[in-house]
Amino acid sequence: MNYVFQFGPIFQRMDELLYGALRTMELTAASVAAGLVIGILGALGRSFGPRWLSRIISAYVEIIRNTPLLIQLYFVFFSLPLFGLRLSSDQAAILALSIHLGAYATEILRAGVESIPAGQIEAAKSLGLSRRQIIRHVILVPAARAVYPALTSQFILQLLGTSIVSAIAAEELTAVANNMAMQTFRNFEIYIVIAVIYFVLVQGCSLFFRLLSLVMFRWKM
Amino acid sequence: MSLREFGLHEVFFLLMAARWTVLLALVTFVGGGLLGLVIAALRVSPTAILRHVASGYIGFMQSTPILIQLFMVYYGSSFIGLRPDPWPAAAITFCLNAGAFFGEIFRGSIESVPKGQWEASKALGLRYLATLRLVIIPQAMRLSLPPTVGFMVQIVKTTSVASLIGLVELSRTGTMINTVTFQPVLVFGTVAAIYFALCWPLSLLGQHLERRLIGGRERRVAL
Repeated sequence: MNYVFQFGPIFQRMDELLYGALRTMELTAASVAAGLVIGILGALGRSFGPRWLSRIISAYVEIIRNTPLLIQLYFVFFSLPLFGLRLSSDQAAILALSIHLGAYATEILRAGVESIPAGQIEAAKSLGLSRRQIIRHVILVPAARAVYPALTSQFILQLLGTSIVSAIAAEELTAVANNMAMQTFRNFEIYIVIAVIYFVLVQGCSLFFRLLSLVMFRWKM
Repeated sequence: MSLREFGLHEVFFLLMAARWTVLLALVTFVGGGLLGLVIAALRVSPTAILRHVASGYIGFMQSTPILIQLFMVYYGSSFIGLRPDPWPAAAITFCLNAGAFFGEIFRGSIESVPKGQWEASKALGLRYLATLRLVIIPQAMRLSLPPTVGFMVQIVKTTSVASLIGLVELSRTGTMINTVTFQPVLVFGTVAAIYFALCWPLSLLGQHLERRLIGGRERRVAL
C-alpha cells in the first residue's frame, strides 16, 4: 500500500475535463436526436408498413441489438472510407451511435405502439378519425407516455455508451482522460475523477428527464 | 496494398479468439450472478443501512461507463501493489458490474412475490434467510429468468470492451486482423456475425421465456 494519490495535475487541467464533458453531452444529444428520428420511423414502418419493409427493419434491429457497439463503431469508422465516404472520428462516432440508438428506440417505440389496445384503434376508426389523426392522437401520444421511462433510460445508457467512441479517438470525456493519462501517468486518479464526472452527468440527465416528464405529461413518475 | 488477404484462415483465427469472449462471458455470468444474489438480498434486507449500501453500489455501477470502471480496476491494481493484468481486471470489473444489474433484476422479481408470502413465513417462524431461500427465491426465480437471459446478451456484448485494455478476445483479434489485411468490411462483418451467432439465440430464448410468462398475444389491427 505505498501508492501516493496525486490529484494535483488533474485539477490543474480541469478545463480540459469540462470540455470533454461538454463534448460527451453533445455526442449524446446529437445521437439521441438522430436515433429518436430513426426510432420513430422504424417503429411506424415496422408496425404499419408493408411486409418487406417490416422485415428489413426487424433485421436492422436484431443485428444492432445482438452485436457490440464497439464493433458497429469499427465497422462504420473503417469501412465507410472504402466506399468513398471519408468521415472524421467525430462524425463516425455520431453516425455509429445514432445507428445504434435507432435500433433500440425502434424496439422500445414498437412495444409502445403495440401496447395500445386494438379496441382504441377500432373505436377511433368508428368515430371517423382519419389515418393521420389515429396515428397521432390514438397511437403516438399515448404510446409516448407508455414508453417514456424505457426510452429515457436508454438515452442514459447511450450517454454511458459514448465512452466507447474513445476507441477511435473521437473527442469526448474518456478520450480526454486517456490523453491526460498518457501525459501525467496518474491513471488511477484520472479515472476516479472521470467516473465522478460521468456520475454527475448521469444523475443530472435523469433529473432532467424526470422534470421533463412532469412538464410534458403533467404526470408523476 | 495489404500484407495479407482475409481468407478462411483468418475466419478460423477469429473463431478461435471467440473462445476467450465466451469464457469471459461465462465467468461474468457466474460471478455476477452470485454477487447479484448477495446484492439483491442486501437490497431487500430489513436493515436500512444494508439497503442503502446496496443501492449506492448499484447507483454507482449503473451511472458510470463500464469502460471507466474497467480502467479504474486495471490501473487501480497498482494501488494494491500489483502489476496491471487485463484478464483479472476484466473478469473482476465485469463481475462487479453484472452483480449490480443482476441485483436489480433479482430484487425486482423478489419484490413481485406477494407480501402475504413473507407474512405467512413469519407466522410459521421462519427467519429472514430461510424465508428467502425456501419461500421467496423459488418463486422469484421463475420471474427473473427472462430478464436474466436477456442480460446474458448484454454480457457477451460488453466483453468487447475488454479489448480496450489489451485483452485479446474476439474484438481485439478483429482489429489486429484488420490492421494487416485492411479489409474492414469482411473482418468486422465476420466479427459481428460471430457475436450475432452468440447473442441471437439467447435473445430469442429470452423473448420466448418472456412471452410464456406473460401469456397471450396482442391482436393487430390494420389502419
